[in-house]
Amino acid sequence: MGKCDENGSGMGEAMQLAAAKQRYAEHMDSLRAEGLLDDQFSELQQLQDESSPDFVEEVVLLFIQDSGRIIKNLTESLEQKPVNFKQVDAHVHQFKGSSSSIGAQRVKAVCIKLRMCCNRQDQLGCLFALEHVTREFEVIKGKLQTMLELEKQIVALGGTPPPFTDKL
Amino acid sequence: MNAQMAGGGGDSLWFEHWHTKLFILWVFFMALVSLSVYLQMNAEMLVRRRDTLKTMCEGRARMLENQFLASMNHVRALTALFTTLHISKQIAMFNQETFSQYAESTAFERPLMSGVAYADRVLHEDRESFEMSHGWTIKEMFSKEKQQVFEEYAPATMSQDTVSYLTSLDMMSGQEDRENILRARASGKGALTNPFRLLESKHLGVVFTFAVYSIHLPPDATPDERVKATAGYLGGAFDVETLVENLLHGFPGSEMIAVNVYDITNELCPLVMYGHTNVSKSENTYVSSLDFGDPQRKHEMRCRYNEDALPPWTAISTSVGIFVIGFLVGHMLHASRNRIDKVEENCRMFKELKVLADEASVAKSQFLATVSHEIRTPMNGVLGMLQMLMDTRLDATQQDYARTAQASGKALITLINEVLDQAKIESGRLELEAVPFDLCAILDDVLSLFSGKSRDEGIELAVYISEKVPSILIGDPGRFRQIIINLVGNSIKFTERGHIFVCVHLSEDMEMVMEGSDYSGDDDDYSDWEVDGPGCVPLDMKCNQFNTLSGYETADDRNSWETFELLLAQEQHSYNPDHDDHHWNFSDGNDVVNLVVSVEDTGVGIPLHVQERVFTPFMQADSSTSRTYGGTGIGLSISKCLVELMSGKMRFVSRPKIGSTFTFTAKFQQMHNSVHESMLRNTNSVLQVRLLPTCFQGMQALVVDGRPVRSEVTRHHLRRLGVQVMLILSLSQSECSAAAFHSTVGGGIDMILVDKDAWGAGTGIRFPHMLCQSASEHLRQRNKYFASSVGLSHGFIAARLPKMMLVATSMTDNEHKLARENGFTDSVVIKPLRASMLSACLQQALGVWNRRDQGRELREGSRSLHKLLSGKRVLVVDDNPVNRRVAEGALLKYGAQVECVNSGRAAIVKLKPPHNFDACFMDVQMPEMDGFEATEIIRKAEMEASECMSGGILTKYHPVRIPILAMTADVIQATQAECLLCGMDGYVAKPFEEQQLYNAVAHFFEAGYV
Repeated sequence: MGKCDENGSGMGEAMQLAAAKQRYAEHMDSLRAEGLLDDQFSELQQLQDESSPDFVEEVVLLFIQDSGRIIKNLTESLEQKPVNFKQVDAHVHQFKGSSSSIGAQRVKAVCIKLRMCCNRQDQLGCLFALEHVTREFEVIKGKLQTMLELEKQIVALGGTPPPFTDKL
Repeated sequence: MNAQMAGGGGDSLWFEHWHTKLFILWVFFMALVSLSVYLQMNAEMLVRRRDTLKTMCEGRARMLENQFLASMNHVRALTALFTTLHISKQIAMFNQETFSQYAESTAFERPLMSGVAYADRVLHEDRESFEMSHGWTIKEMFSKEKQQVFEEYAPATMSQDTVSYLTSLDMMSGQEDRENILRARASGKGALTNPFRLLESKHLGVVFTFAVYSIHLPPDATPDERVKATAGYLGGAFDVETLVENLLHGFPGSEMIAVNVYDITNELCPLVMYGHTNVSKSENTYVSSLDFGDPQRKHEMRCRYNEDALPPWTAISTSVGIFVIGFLVGHMLHASRNRIDKVEENCRMFKELKVLADEASVAKSQFLATVSHEIRTPMNGVLGMLQMLMDTRLDATQQDYARTAQASGKALITLINEVLDQAKIESGRLELEAVPFDLCAILDDVLSLFSGKSRDEGIELAVYISEKVPSILIGDPGRFRQIIINLVGNSIKFTERGHIFVCVHLSEDMEMVMEGSDYSGDDDDYSDWEVDGPGCVPLDMKCNQFNTLSGYETADDRNSWETFELLLAQEQHSYNPDHDDHHWNFSDGNDVVNLVVSVEDTGVGIPLHVQERVFTPFMQADSSTSRTYGGTGIGLSISKCLVELMSGKMRFVSRPKIGSTFTFTAKFQQMHNSVHESMLRNTNSVLQVRLLPTCFQGMQALVVDGRPVRSEVTRHHLRRLGVQVMLILSLSQSECSAAAFHSTVGGGIDMILVDKDAWGAGTGIRFPHMLCQSASEHLRQRNKYFASSVGLSHGFIAARLPKMMLVATSMTDNEHKLARENGFTDSVVIKPLRASMLSACLQQALGVWNRRDQGRELREGSRSLHKLLSGKRVLVVDDNPVNRRVAEGALLKYGAQVECVNSGRAAIVKLKPPHNFDACFMDVQMPEMDGFEATEIIRKAEMEASECMSGGILTKYHPVRIPILAMTADVIQATQAECLLCGMDGYVAKPFEEQQLYNAVAHFFEAGYV
């Protein structure tokens, strides 16, 4: 958070773009600072180029959609009696895979926890962990949606979002 | 439920019944046993009593008999003497005098006799002559009158003194005596009378009579002959009553028994011979027969106990004792059985209750989990939308409303999380992870979270981590973070001015210092090259009353400079910086790292009366606290639990109006020495924090700050970047700054960091100005090679000087301007200091871009990958759509043509030879058919195809073996081995990493597989 002055001289479009970019940067910063996303996400962003301009958005939306499905499956699996831990484990594995692909490291970390509970066949532990996973997922989901929204604003103002790096 | 209860009741009743029955039977049995014991003992006792009676009675009888006979025998002997005297006509030898003398001297021979007397036989015709010769008349026995005329008389002529009254009495005048005399003289043997009252004494007695004959009679003489020959009679009186009594009294136990002697010659009417009471013949009486030497008379002795048999106390007590013991034993068993039943019943009930409670607890937790989830989902929506709303154009009021709404929402989410944590702690489900993490990074993260708040309120927020604390620890980073966030968040909430200082030390050091260890190393040893000359006086002492981070007083002085200095010295003392960075020498030699973390604030403090319940869940200082500051008061309790889970302890010192210091200890594992930190950072995905840039290594910095603690914090952060630090703690116009200037110009100092409040509010801003002045003055005095620059302008000095940086908590626009005017052109570093932020600012100021090189490398890497993969047809097999898309994107980027399928079966279909794929990336774990299985089938199909081909077309060999690479998230040795075993050619870690992907792919495509 170096005091890097960006005193836009002119108002209007450029000013707004700068402001949007600032917000975007801050948002990404907070994602980083709170440990929500790791380098994998910047790798993803680097994959986005002219040939696939919406790659990140596509992956993010896919992630959100797919994770929602997995969480639903997980919840259903854990509500069964008796719980089919093998099935739960398979779901968790999937979730862990996709969250790790997108770089959602906190989701991934709690997925690992859920999996440990699952291996122990600890239903209550699983429930807690699932709750935690869901919580983390909701957080990252919100953040990612905000991010996409901000990106759209920037694009609408005629700019391109700066690459996400682990630097400030 | 009711039915069950009833069943249970019936069961217990039955059990009780069963016991009670047994118990009652037992009691009966014992009663019988004790009764029989009683009877037997009683019978034995009676027999013994009877035997005793018999023995006593027989003894008495025999003794009496003996004595009786002895007496009689003596009388008989006397009779024989008299008879002999009569025969020899010498009876005249005896007169009354001699007889009584003789009788008296032989009285001991007749123990039972009261006396003996001799009576002559006097016929009527001789009466007168007899009376004449003796000088008295024959008298009647009872009336003592002159005897009437009878055929014959038997007047007693000689008598023992005791019976002298008998003399001259006619013995034949008494009925008994007469019969006796007649019988005795007819039989020639002794004869006994019936018992009767004796003369004079009136005692009961018997009289024993022998006849004295005047001639020698043959044994078979007829009674008539005997009568004719009779000369007189010798008689003795047995005063049975007195004498027998004397005799019997000599026996032991005579008072116990009553003895009677009867004459039973006439069986129908036994006559009492001796005895005070009438002893009738009964079962209690023992009868022993007596032979007193008169065959015509029969006697017997009857004995009985004086008193009835005492109740058989022994038998009674024994049997009662047996019964009582038996009863008690039975009762004991019965009671214990009852107790066991009761306990079992209770146990069963408790088990049921426990099950219920467990169910309830699970239900509660489940409910909490569900509810919190249900609340959180819409709340996330609300928060997300609010965030977006705030990103749109809003006027100030709207912005404020939106922000408030968001803050409330966040508070709600935090509350839910905390409640859930509490539930987890209560149900014991909270478990800690053990993963490597970067302590500094976590603290930096937390600081950045609170940086906004602290900056707004002008509170100094700082972190110091002892150099001896390993940078990588194994533990639960999330929970550690939570504790720190709780404590710092709490502090921020209650602090309006001053500072919040998070400090991490090794507990060994802390203990040593707290114990007042006698380390006395000289201060110059530990600091790099601290300039702290004796002439340097602090510029402004106003705020320096307390030598803490911000100058405000704190509750616990553990972080004041005095203690801090000791700690630093202690750490420096045992820490050898020459060692390799990643080898820490711990004295105890194990891998456990004991940390002491303290969070110190200068806030309102905790009121004394609530200090003891600070860690109680949902407890706040008072109800007004929640109104003023918000929060639920659950955070501290959770933190404490978490600390305890980390096998540490949390305590605090708090002084109202001054501040609080929370301190906790925590145990972490240390990374093994052989694992290098950089390795961890590269391979372990948990440690996502990159190593700090190394481009500042070896640089030198000057930190100018009036507060030692704060300057140490700054030094700590700079040192993490590899910058060597020199401190200026006080500023004297001449010496210090001159030395500083000298060393900067001469000695390659790269940057000077000045705290805005170096010696008081805002004084730091003027530092370059003063430096400049003092330097020029100094130079002028020394007149050295900068002599020409006497009138140096500020700008010139600034250009020649190292980069000037101002460190500040917050800056107003005016201050910005002022700073710039004073020469801080390079950068302003806004606190809280964090290594990453500091490095960014330094990079900006110094123009060093560490990242650029990396970027170039990356681009080169991707270029070569591009070369390899360009135009290749690649099949990606993954069931996870996100992973699939990401892999596709990555491969596409390197120019490959990618096709995706979502299952092992689909892959088998796609890769059925002949096909035109050049490579396949296969996820290992997939439902239905995993990667290994799919690979095996594909390999089988390839084998068949190649056999088929080689059999048919021999001309051209086409490589049918497609490289299959496993995609796996966990890269462990076993997985790799398994990959190769089932026919895969290698593996890439998910998510793709360029270098690894390159390595894996290059192996195939460069080896001329194409």
